[in-house]
Amino acid sequence: MIWYTGKRLLQMIPVFFGATLLIYFMVFSLPGDPIAALYGDRPPAPGVVEQIRAQYNLDKPFIVQYLIYIGNFFQGDLGTTYSGRPVSDVMAKAFPITARLALLALAIEAFFGILVGLVAGLRKGKLFDTSALVVSLLLISVPTFVIGFVLQYVFAVQLGWARTTVSSEAPLSELLLPALVLASVSFAYIVRLTRASVSDNLNADFVRTATAKGLSRRRVVGVHVLRNSLVPVVTFLGVDLGSLMVGAIVTEGIFNINGVGGTVYKAIKLGEGPTVVSFIAVMVVIFVLANLLVDLLYAALDPRIRYAK
Amino acid sequence: MSQTVIEPVSEPVNNGSGVSHEPLLQIRDLEVGFQTQHGVVPAVRGVSLTLYAGQTLAIVGESGSGKTTTAQAIIKLLAGTGKITAGQILFEGRDLAGLSEKQMQDVRGRLIGYVPQDPMSNLNPVWNIGFQVEEAIKANNVAQGKAARQRTIQVLQEAGLSDAEDRLKQFPHQFSGGMRQRVLIGIGLSARPKLLIADEPTSALDVTVQRQILDHLGTLTRDYGTSVLFITHDLGLAAERAEQLVVMYKGKVVESGPSQEILANPQHPYTQRLVAAAPSLASRRIQSAKNDDAVGAEIFSGGSLDTTLVARAAEREQAAEAKDLIKVQNISKLYRIRTKGLKYNELLAVNDVSFAIKKGTTTALVGESGSGKSTVAKLLLQLESITSGTIEFDGQDVAGLKGAALLKFRRRVQPVFQDPYGSLDPQYNVGNTIAEPLLAHKIGTSAERQARVRELLDQVSLPWATRYRYPSELSGGQRQRIAVARALALKPDVLVLDEAVSALDVLVQGQILNLLTELQTELGLTYLFITHDLAVVRLVADNVCVMQRGRIVESASTDEVFDSPREAYTQELLAAIPGANFEFGR
Repeated sequence: MIWYTGKRLLQMIPVFFGATLLIYFMVFSLPGDPIAALYGDRPPAPGVVEQIRAQYNLDKPFIVQYLIYIGNFFQGDLGTTYSGRPVSDVMAKAFPITARLALLALAIEAFFGILVGLVAGLRKGKLFDTSALVVSLLLISVPTFVIGFVLQYVFAVQLGWARTTVSSEAPLSELLLPALVLASVSFAYIVRLTRASVSDNLNADFVRTATAKGLSRRRVVGVHVLRNSLVPVVTFLGVDLGSLMVGAIVTEGIFNINGVGGTVYKAIKLGEGPTVVSFIAVMVVIFVLANLLVDLLYAALDPRIRYAK
Repeated sequence: MSQTVIEPVSEPVNNGSGVSHEPLLQIRDLEVGFQTQHGVVPAVRGVSLTLYAGQTLAIVGESGSGKTTTAQAIIKLLAGTGKITAGQILFEGRDLAGLSEKQMQDVRGRLIGYVPQDPMSNLNPVWNIGFQVEEAIKANNVAQGKAARQRTIQVLQEAGLSDAEDRLKQFPHQFSGGMRQRVLIGIGLSARPKLLIADEPTSALDVTVQRQILDHLGTLTRDYGTSVLFITHDLGLAAERAEQLVVMYKGKVVESGPSQEILANPQHPYTQRLVAAAPSLASRRIQSAKNDDAVGAEIFSGGSLDTTLVARAAEREQAAEAKDLIKVQNISKLYRIRTKGLKYNELLAVNDVSFAIKKGTTTALVGESGSGKSTVAKLLLQLESITSGTIEFDGQDVAGLKGAALLKFRRRVQPVFQDPYGSLDPQYNVGNTIAEPLLAHKIGTSAERQARVRELLDQVSLPWATRYRYPSELSGGQRQRIAVARALALKPDVLVLDEAVSALDVLVQGQILNLLTELQTELGLTYLFITHDLAVVRLVADNVCVMQRGRIVESASTDEVFDSPREAYTQELLAAIPGANFEFGR
C-alpha cells in the first residue's frame, strides 16, 4: 500500500510538468497583445510597453519564459497579475471559497444521491423508483444555468430564504443554495448509479445466501447490498470532486462568487499566463490527489483489490 | 405414508438408529410460477414429496426441470418474480407457504439450512470469512459476543477447515473453491438446522474434492441427525448419496422412490434416458458389461449412447495410422509469481511432460484443477511459450513459430474452451461468430463464407435459422455446438477441447460427446481432450494421461487405465467417480 501510494505520488511529477508546459504554451499562443489591451484606446508612453514586456519576460522566447516561471514557482513566487497583485494572493482568496462550495456540493450529492438511489433500487418499478428516474433525467437534461436561475428566483427572490448573490466572505450558509445547484447534475448521476448497482447486487447469489442464513432484511441490505454497491459510486465521487473544484464557472457566475472558476476565466480573457498556469497547476495536483484517494478508498471497500506493486 | 398433519416435533431427532416415522418435510401439489410479460410461466407443476427426519432425499433433473426452484420455494427465496401459486409446504406440520417474511426469517438458518450451488458467487467478496459465518451464528441466536467467535471457529473446523482460527480474517478470494464450499456448508449447518437443503453443492468442484466434501457433509448430517434435501443433475451422485430419489422433468415429478430401485429399474422414459446418459454410470456399465457380458449391456440397450461410442472407439483403433501427429517431448513451464516487493516464487506448472497423439485418435489429459493440464493445452496451442522441451506437430517443431507460419499452425490446431458463456462474444450473432476465423484468415468471399457457415451449422446439427441469434438466446448445449462449429471453420486437423463438456448437463453432455465422436469419424479429427471427469474419458478417449502437480503420473490406453490403474492417484480418481461404489447390474 505504501509502495503503491509512493509510486502514484511520483507519477505526479511528469503530470505536473506536462500539464503546466501545455497550458503555458496554450496561453502563450493566444492571439492578441495583453499589454496593449491594458491600455485600451489611449496609447502608452513610448518605452513603457517595452519596459512592461521586459518586466513580465514577454520579450523572451517561449521556453525561456516557461523555465523562468517554473524556477520562480519552486521558490514560492507565483508571479503577479498584470494589474500588479501577487498571484498567490488571488489564489489564497479564490481557493478556500471554491473548496467550501465544492465540498458542500459533494456532501449534498453523496448523501442524498446514495439515499435516493438505494431506496429506488430497493423499490424497483414502484412509484418512488419511477419518480426518481424521471427527476434525475430532468436534472441531467436541463442545463445548470437554467436550474441555477430557477432556484435563485424561487428561493432567493420569491421566498427570500437565501441571498441572491454571495458576499465576498462566502460563509457556508450563503453557499448552500449555490451548492445545491452545483450538486444537482451529479446527484442525478449518483441516484442512477446507486440504483443500478443496488438492484444488481440484490440479485446476487451472496445476497440470497445471506437471507438464507436467517438475517433480517435490514441487515442484508445494510451489510451485504450497500457496501458492494458503493464501489462504483465512490469512483464517481472522486472524479467529481476534481471537477467540482475546477469547474464551477457557471454556478459561480450566477451567484457572483469569486471562486476559482471565475478567476481563471477572467485570467484567460486577459491572457495572463502566470495566473492561468498557477491555477491550473494547483488544479492538476488536486485532481491527481483526488484520484489517488479514490483508488485507496476502492481498496478499502473491496478487499479483492490490493496494490502490491 | 401418512397424510395426517402431525404435531411439531419439539425435541431434536435422536441420531444413531436414524429414520423417524414422521415426515419432517412434506410438499403437496406445489406449483410455482414466474411472472413475465406474457403471463405466468409455470416452473414447478404439482410437485409432491415427503422427507422423513434423518433421511437424505435427492431431487434429480436437468437444468430447467424445476429442481432448484422447488428447493428455493421451501425457504421462500425464489428468484425474481417467482411465486408459489398453489400447494403446501409442510415443515413439521406447519405450512411454510403461508408464513410472512418475518416468520420465515426465523425458519431460515435456524430450522432449515441452505448450501448454495456456486461457491464462487455465494460469499460476499467484501467481507471476511469469519464475519460471514459469525453473522449467521448471531442472527440465529446460537451464541453472542465472544462465544459467537468461538463458535465460528468450531463451525469452520467441523466443516473441514483445520486452520480456521488463522483464516478468519481472510477474504473469500483467498480461498479455493473447495474451501469456500466448506465455509458455505459450515454456514448452512451453523445453527444445527433440522433440514439442510444442498443445491448442487459440489458441481463446481473437482471429483476428488467433491468426494471429500460430500463424505464430510454425510458424516456431519448423520452425527446431528439432520435431514438433507440434495439437489443434483448427476444421477450417479444422487444414487450414491441419497436413500430416496425424486426425478423431475419439466416441472413435474416423473418418478420417485428408493435410489437403488430407480437406478436398477427406471420406469419413466425420461429416467431411462437419464440413466443411459449419465457418464458416471455409463463407465461403470461398460465395466460390468465387460466383466459380465450379457446382463449389464442389455438392461440399457434402449437409446444407450455408450454402445455407439464404444463402437466408434473400436473403429478408430483399427483405422489409426502408426504416425504420431503431435509429439510432445519433455516440456516444462515455469511461472514466476511475484510476491512481496521484488521477490519471486517459482511455480513449475508443467514438469517434464511427454506424450504423443496419433492422427485420428483422442488422448485425454486428466487431473484435478491445478494439475497443469490446461497449461499443457496453452503450450500446445502456442498461447504461452514453453520453458524447455519440444512440441512437434506433423513432423515440425512448433516452439518458435512466428508470423505466417504460426498463423498456418493455428489454422490446423483449434481450441474449444470450457465456458460456452464466456467464450462467445455476446454482441456477435452466431453467423458472424462462426465466420470470424474465416475472416481473420482471409478465406473466401462473403458468399463462400456464408456457405461454409451453413455447412458447419449443419455439421453441428443446428438449423440454418440459428445464424441470426445471439449467444444469450441459446442454451448451454447450443452454445457449445457453436463453439465447436467455430473451431471447425478452418478445417483443422486437431481440436484441443479444454473441459469442453464440463459445464453441461448430462443429457446435453451426452449429445455433445456424441457429436464430437461423430465428427471425428467423419472428418478424421485428432482430439486432445482435457477434463477432470474420468467418467467422460471412458466414453471418448483412446489414450489417457493422468496428471498430478505438473507431471504425468500414468499414461496408457483407456482400457488399461480403467481396468488396472497402476498409480495410487489414478485409483483415487477412479474411486471418486460418483456412482463408482454403486453396485450396478447386480
